[in-house]
Amino acid sequence: MTSNGQFPSPFEVPTPEGCEGWEALYPYYYLFSPERREFEEGKFWFQDGMHHPEPLYPFDTITCESWWVALGEYNSRVFIMPPALGIDQRVLNGYLYISANALTDNELIGQRVAHFMERAGYYFQNWDSLYERWKQKAEGVIADLKALQVPDLPEMEDLATVHAGRGLTSAYDLLEAYNRVIENMHKMWHLHFEFLNLGYAAYLTFYGFCKQAFPDIPDQSIAKMVSGIDVILFRPDDELKRLAREAMRLGVDTVFDETVEPDAVIARMQATPAGQAWLAELEASKDPWFNFSTGTGFYHLHRSWIDDLSVPCVGIRTYIDKLRQGAELDRPLEAVRRERDRLAAQYAALLPTDEDRQALEQQLGLARTVFPYVENHNFYVEHWHHTLFWNKVREFGRLFVRHGFFAETDDIFYLHRFEVSAALYDLIASWGVGTPARGPRYWPERVAQRKVLFERLKQWSPPPGLGEPPEVVTEPFTIMLWGITTDSIQNWLHPKQTGENGAGLSGFPGSPGVAEGPARVITSVEQLADIQDGEILVCPITTPSWAPVFPRIRATVTDIGGMMSHAAIVCREYGLPAVVGTGFGTKTVKTGQRLRVDGNAGTVAILN
Amino acid sequence: MSDEPYILWFEHCDHAQIARVGGKNAGLGAMLRAGVRVPPGFAITTDAYADFLCHSASREQLQHWLDHLDPDDLPALDQASRAIRQWMSQIPIPPPVERAIRMAYERLAGECGVPDLPVAVRSSATAEDLPDASFAGQQDTTLWVRGASSVMLRTAICWSSLFTPRAIAYRMKMGYGHGRVLISVGVQKMVNARTAGVMFTLNPANGDRSTIAIEASWGLGETVVAGMVTPDNFLVDRICHAILRRTASPKLLEYVPDPVGQRAEMREVPAERQQCLCLSDAEVLELAVLGNCIEGHYRRPMDIEWAIDADLPFPANVMTLQTRPETVWSRQPPRRVVTPQPGALDYVVANLLAGVRTRKA
Repeated sequence: MTSNGQFPSPFEVPTPEGCEGWEALYPYYYLFSPERREFEEGKFWFQDGMHHPEPLYPFDTITCESWWVALGEYNSRVFIMPPALGIDQRVLNGYLYISANALTDNELIGQRVAHFMERAGYYFQNWDSLYERWKQKAEGVIADLKALQVPDLPEMEDLATVHAGRGLTSAYDLLEAYNRVIENMHKMWHLHFEFLNLGYAAYLTFYGFCKQAFPDIPDQSIAKMVSGIDVILFRPDDELKRLAREAMRLGVDTVFDETVEPDAVIARMQATPAGQAWLAELEASKDPWFNFSTGTGFYHLHRSWIDDLSVPCVGIRTYIDKLRQGAELDRPLEAVRRERDRLAAQYAALLPTDEDRQALEQQLGLARTVFPYVENHNFYVEHWHHTLFWNKVREFGRLFVRHGFFAETDDIFYLHRFEVSAALYDLIASWGVGTPARGPRYWPERVAQRKVLFERLKQWSPPPGLGEPPEVVTEPFTIMLWGITTDSIQNWLHPKQTGENGAGLSGFPGSPGVAEGPARVITSVEQLADIQDGEILVCPITTPSWAPVFPRIRATVTDIGGMMSHAAIVCREYGLPAVVGTGFGTKTVKTGQRLRVDGNAGTVAILN
Repeated sequence: MSDEPYILWFEHCDHAQIARVGGKNAGLGAMLRAGVRVPPGFAITTDAYADFLCHSASREQLQHWLDHLDPDDLPALDQASRAIRQWMSQIPIPPPVERAIRMAYERLAGECGVPDLPVAVRSSATAEDLPDASFAGQQDTTLWVRGASSVMLRTAICWSSLFTPRAIAYRMKMGYGHGRVLISVGVQKMVNARTAGVMFTLNPANGDRSTIAIEASWGLGETVVAGMVTPDNFLVDRICHAILRRTASPKLLEYVPDPVGQRAEMREVPAERQQCLCLSDAEVLELAVLGNCIEGHYRRPMDIEWAIDADLPFPANVMTLQTRPETVWSRQPPRRVVTPQPGALDYVVANLLAGVRTRKA
């Protein structure tokens, strides 16, 4: 941002040194362009650090493109959300910027209300049965993806092709498989937004009511009143607890005293019958529960537990330690249920009128209906599905490596999906004709250049916003899904200083309590292993699969996140203070600095 | 106790006795009965005051000062007030009244095991604490009073607080007879307050009844009540029993007992304590428990003075001193949170159209 408290125009932001040509990494429609300059400069764009704090790998833009379409169309074309259309996207210097498309014409909004009532009303009325169907649809999409074969191109087609009179070839199958994979991604994101906007709208209605009636009510109390009892997102972590118990029952828990390195753990387990029995339990947990990304799931780089057992192994050891100390690991479901009803009853009793009590009952009822989807969809989409998706794309990467297009499997992610499509044509044409493809002479050098470019883009600090900020943020989806408010924009423009010596941060109070300790700044998943017991985790955003590190830390501070952020939810689960959405935590704090995190006030003081 | 007309111990005071013991004493009694810790003590009833006035046979004397007084003539009011209060503090208290007060004080000192027990002597007006008659000018409090004779003197001064210029003018303007407004006095063990302040069983800033707001400063609570310091501020979520906010303020002055004299004195807070929070989290939460209990008793938002006693262990050291109904938010007619809608979907639409309310971080 500039010194006069304004965000720069997207057209004024310089290309970082050595990053010239970054535009080639992305499809043409993703770029700020002179043809749309007037339109683009007239809007406020903010960097989607919640989902994409790092530059977008060219192939990984597919997740953004999928929700770009799906979020928008469910608002604008399916449910006719009265005041909001979609969320627009652009890429600048590799970073994703998004902009809400709110409607302001009251007459038009009024016309949309009737359609919305009819369409959204149908979903709300039939939510449970539609959600049951949704789960089947989602599992169907996942099953389709799993079943997809990525064939190689043989020297000679199998004789069966002739005998069956098939009329199609491996080249065709390969092309089809690629198209199916891309379609499958779009299909999953359509399902994601079939329910999400409605779910959040209902939840946020209840949230708004609570804030109006009780301005000081903590966000976590509102969430507690609606939160489900059996939350799928906690299930992977529950599996680690189960595996810790199994290890003790089988008497192989001592393996984890010796090592938490996954290969070493497995080798030691394989050496004994009891260990083999434990490995069978591990296998039982893995599908589907270890399809659990260590990141947001939006990046191919965010590997899942099933790809790398490091995080689960650390988690299992932590739980073994706790079990040995006699700790109760199970979430007290009955107590959670009682607490949720107690809160609702006590707040209701404090309301000024009976009409308000009725309003609370109606809104709470709907919020509780929609909340299981809100809480659980991430597991199906970003974790389970995306884990399989990135690995399926890697199968294509390996194919390309075999044909000399790339040096490494993951090089494929440095091409955007249309380039991969083009490379496939290159490959099958050359295979069909029997001549050399251009790819092996074209892509290796370009991928190498892009890797260098990408590292430079990572070093760049994107401004949090671009263009003209609105005076007041009212667009509901910006607030609901990204936690962007008038206050947070002001905070970006004029960062508040808290803390005793004027050094500090402020954000949303995500989880109550106060803690002091040394900071550990984590900006990528690979650094998770560096965390020491008793440190305060400072990171752009956390994801549920980081759960195993939470028993080790004292508090969490995130750059991005609002009332529904994972960091807030998980910290409440572990009773740790959290301040979320500080904007600049990872840039302001240095590892080792002593912090005081006040999860009640939403402030972080840097003590030295 | 009923055979003693002049003294009513706090545990026997309640709101039925408000005409005899005044609002403050009645409130203390009600709290004790509700199980809320307050320092022990007794009320000197309005009968004592009435007999004092009669016994001195000096209604004529009073009339002499008050007749023909113009309530808008401030210098004359001031002069009459001074003359009356001077006179009232010197005329003898009727022996039966004096005897009753002395016996009660000695019993209290004995029960506390402290000879010359320091007590607070407060006026307890029969009107001022009523929810709809909250007017200033009838308060008189003396702290750290030691010994029966001193208690006696301060009692007479409390009585004479009915004759401040403001109180006289108020009665004249309202048409109340001077002799018909009575006053009670409360005598209560001094809390040796390390920290004290006020607490509201709602957030006075926004009326949120799910919270308890606490203002606290070092020493006795008068600095907070009189606005002489900027107190530390705490906001407690009473539903989840969690502290939402702690704000430390520079607390420059404290009112503490003078170890020599029979009084408290104002002094500067040593620099190292000025910026520290003057309550621990446990004390804040214990206060909130008391606040919840008090609101539960009165079934309405309350305004509570409290203290932490330096001589007692936690949690016995957490005491409430005074309670009165909260008047600012409670006087407003109940206002609906939302415009009623036929169903949940209508609320969703209304909310989407209004923009989403967000919390200021």
